[in-house]
Amino acid sequence: MAMEQSAHKHGLGCREIFAQLSAYIDAELPEATCEEIQAHIANCPPCVEFINSLRRTVELCHGRANAERPSPLSEDAREKLLAAYREMIAARKRGEDPCQPQS
Amino acid sequence: MREHRQKRDRISCRPRFRLQSAIVADKTEVQLARNLLSGDLAAFDRFVETYQTKIFQYSYMMCGHREDAEEVAQETLLKVFQSLDQLREPERLKSWVFTIARNSCYMKRRKSVFAPLQELSLEELMPVAAEAGGQRRIQIADWTALPDDEVLRKELREVLDRAIGELPEIYRAVVVLRDIEELTTEEAAEVLGVSIEVIKTRLHRGRLALRQKLDRYLQNAARN
Repeated sequence: MAMEQSAHKHGLGCREIFAQLSAYIDAELPEATCEEIQAHIANCPPCVEFINSLRRTVELCHGRANAERPSPLSEDAREKLLAAYREMIAARKRGEDPCQPQS
Repeated sequence: MREHRQKRDRISCRPRFRLQSAIVADKTEVQLARNLLSGDLAAFDRFVETYQTKIFQYSYMMCGHREDAEEVAQETLLKVFQSLDQLREPERLKSWVFTIARNSCYMKRRKSVFAPLQELSLEELMPVAAEAGGQRRIQIADWTALPDDEVLRKELREVLDRAIGELPEIYRAVVVLRDIEELTTEEAAEVLGVSIEVIKTRLHRGRLALRQKLDRYLQNAARN
């Protein structure tokens, strides 16, 4: 990150952390790397601020789920889907029972 | 305040149980797939109700056109019901449906397949540093006070939607699948036909690009 590097002479620096922040907030990092990041951010307020802003961004994205809704299906469209579904189920049953007559 | 924010930031370092090669699906999805395959009409209705919206939202964010997205949603549902018996593993229902939706989207807008790939570099997405009071600080908006006012929150959502729409397609697809539709990394990799590492890289850059645009908006809003 474009922050001072000198304050973090040991362990991971801001730049190395910057590349791994999504994996960090998703808890997808190996335990050792995660702990190194936590040791770093315990003394690095800018990184904490940045991580919180990234996390809020992700939360705002989660809030967009189902935000746009399609028009309700017309009766015709639903009937078409149901016909396809019934046909698939019937074909599946015929496949399972070779004695059943083919339509 | 700072102490509080640092506490909030603490994340458990215990790795979540994950299988690298398998999709760990939620049980209700697996049950839904099994019920569908057994010919349960209630499952048909539940599937249509849930997935029409999911596919529409994904397609709308990928295509950018409401009518195209409505068509993609209906075409996808039809293909799903025509070929549901090809779904060998019920736990893959979600990624299988989104793969069909993704292909329908591509067919809708074939031209974009040939559009040049635009890459986001990490350097461009880093915060700007500035010297203040003998200390280097990053220029960042105050994210602890997101607008309470409904008009401003609506504006923030619009900024986010615009930012998502402006992401290069390869990043947008990952952000929509992972952060909006909440697919797992493994499911998103399966839908997009890329490796788990590619998904992680694109997700991170996509999120950083969104964060940067929201941050600029919040900084401007604080000035005005």
